[in-house]
Amino acid sequence: MNMIKTAALGTVMAVLTGTTAMAGGHACAITEGRLSIVGNEFPAIQSVAALAQECASGVENDSNLTADHQKINVAGMTGNPAEYTSAIIANSSIVALMNEDVIRPLDDLVAMYGADIPAHQLITIDGKVMAVAFMANAQHLVYRKDVLEQIGMDVPTSYEDVLAAAEKIRAMGIMENPVGGAYAAGWNLAEEFVNMYLGTGGEFFEAGTAKVSINNAQGVEALEMMKALTAYMNPDYLTHDSNATSAEWEAGNVALMNMWGSRTGVLMDDEGAAEVVYSNTMAGGPLTVGDSGAAASTLWWDGWTVAKNISDEDAAATFQALAHATSPALLNDETMSQAVWLMDGFDAQPVNEGVLATVAAGAAPYPMLPYIGLLHSALGDNLAEFLKGEESAEQALMDIEAAYTTAATEKGFL
Amino acid sequence: MKHTTFAWFVLPSALLMLLFIALPIGSIVTQSLYSAHEQVLVTVENCGPFGCTQSTTVDQEATQALKAAEPLGKFAGLDIYKDRNHLAFAEVHEAWITSDGLPDFGAALMNLPFYDAMAFTLTYTFIVTPLTILLGFLIAVGVNAVATALKGPTIFLTLLPFIVTPLVGSLIIFWMVDARGILGAGLQWLADDPTLSLKASTGLMWAMLMVYGVWHSAPFAFVVFYAGLQTVNQDSLEAAMIDGANRFQRIIYVVIPHLYPLVTFVALIQLMDNFRVFEPIVSFTAQAHARSLSYAIFNDLGGETRLLSSAAATSMLTVVGVAILLSPVLVRTYRNFDKG
Repeated sequence: MNMIKTAALGTVMAVLTGTTAMAGGHACAITEGRLSIVGNEFPAIQSVAALAQECASGVENDSNLTADHQKINVAGMTGNPAEYTSAIIANSSIVALMNEDVIRPLDDLVAMYGADIPAHQLITIDGKVMAVAFMANAQHLVYRKDVLEQIGMDVPTSYEDVLAAAEKIRAMGIMENPVGGAYAAGWNLAEEFVNMYLGTGGEFFEAGTAKVSINNAQGVEALEMMKALTAYMNPDYLTHDSNATSAEWEAGNVALMNMWGSRTGVLMDDEGAAEVVYSNTMAGGPLTVGDSGAAASTLWWDGWTVAKNISDEDAAATFQALAHATSPALLNDETMSQAVWLMDGFDAQPVNEGVLATVAAGAAPYPMLPYIGLLHSALGDNLAEFLKGEESAEQALMDIEAAYTTAATEKGFL
Repeated sequence: MKHTTFAWFVLPSALLMLLFIALPIGSIVTQSLYSAHEQVLVTVENCGPFGCTQSTTVDQEATQALKAAEPLGKFAGLDIYKDRNHLAFAEVHEAWITSDGLPDFGAALMNLPFYDAMAFTLTYTFIVTPLTILLGFLIAVGVNAVATALKGPTIFLTLLPFIVTPLVGSLIIFWMVDARGILGAGLQWLADDPTLSLKASTGLMWAMLMVYGVWHSAPFAFVVFYAGLQTVNQDSLEAAMIDGANRFQRIIYVVIPHLYPLVTFVALIQLMDNFRVFEPIVSFTAQAHARSLSYAIFNDLGGETRLLSSAAATSMLTVVGVAILLSPVLVRTYRNFDKG
């Protein structure tokens, strides 16, 4: 009796899912293969994974969304067959998957199932499609409209303006530490340097080689600006990651900060902050530093890949489910404001303005180099001593170069 | 015991030790002697949502051939141990020649990641271990004197810091000492300094990590000493009382000599644990101020590009460090065993 019930329920479910898929207007009824996603955990990715799983509900499907995805995705895709059939990654983390050769080129699958995917969503490396991007992200200025009105200043467009505004806010006694930033030692701090250094017009490596070259005037300029900013930050800034910085913002302690576009939605909603804070929170454009004119920010995309060590059926199922999940079928009132989506039919919301302004300002994409991760780690480990005032900018840059060179030699890049 | 009986008796533990201790150590030794293959780099065009750029990438086909020929990687001998991110022989040598006096040499040494991590690890170990033993002993003596009816709940409460997962325990303290947390704000009020921040100063951060270390592991010392206190010979204590010894004298002359072997045991375990200090650094986000060898390993493996050989070399250096640290205690135990 129970078995019959289960079977009946199963049929009803299958019919219902089928109908939903039909209603979506897309053929998304996967009948064979397997889908298993590993990726970061934030609302936009959760929506994508949920829709992909719904699409693959007729077959074995699973998703593992966690902030620690980078620590497990390579290991989970190295085996044969791979545990994960797809990893959702960003332009920094696809490098690790390519270095280990665990993701497959998608050209054949695009030809078969991906005719609808617009060209700008395809990530091609050396002519081969390696990933499909679905959202863009960037850091940009977030400011408090009311505080800027109070001090009578325009919205800053450069870090020099930020310093001037911060001085005025402090002098007028509105806030003690009006500047915020994710300056936690490690990945976050390194990312802020990457932004600032690109803003000064610097190049990380000697062209075409893995030889680092940041110990130069631009490097010093970037560090000096970071240090000048920290004078207006909460003294605990070296422990503040993006989460802690957002919390400082919501507590109303900060009026100006460089923050991720994907996090501005949380700052502007009415949860966790006083009315005066969230209703005055505005997304500005990217900031510049010095007179180079380049935006001191990097552009990011998030996209999905397909594992190499899986059967063709699994690859086809994974591709179709995720292609459907990152097509216009994903967009609705709830998902629209979750990210700057790259698919057609995306209607920009106020929270997305910062990222769009950063793209428009021509900010550089975060470099997709096989050895950039090593430099990022070296930066994260060696910048704090300079900011604490324990060593000079030149010494810090020298240490970073030495730490990177050692690591890159071990990894065979030099 | 007959030799065969003894062999069968220790076989399960020997097997487990082989599987879970000897093999992993063998694996890290091997890993630390090899570095990655030379990567064949090619310049290609990358295109994406933000346009096309010329960029470098790894030539997978060429690299595959190298990998297939030598799956372990390139033999590096002791190069990884000697490089700047580990023992840094060349840098230390240069600093020795060029530095202007010992303080200058020390500063140059502290600029190297391994020695910087060693400085914190050793300071932590040598401050936290004795304090843990002392505090654990004081708690044990105190609890032992509590009325029988209250003993159960007191012991439970005393054990709490040890029961709480280290990561969770340190996170809770981390929030409490925040400038807006109850302890942080309390300290500011006490010191009458509204800008005082435990997280911003290296010295205070070290102190906080050590206080946490003692708080977390004192219950372990307490449990061991408390068990030991139950076996103190009551006759000797009574004899001491008849001789007119006060409570303090009884503890010094009767209880402590009795517990001495336990002190060695606790010291052994604590030295080993404290040398591997890791969780509080992560949950206090203290990496800007304090790094340990274990943190260095975590950092090597947690980046976008994993440094396996570097992590393996640091692991080996940790093993050597623990061995050196424990050798006096082990030699002592061995001598006592010989005498017995």
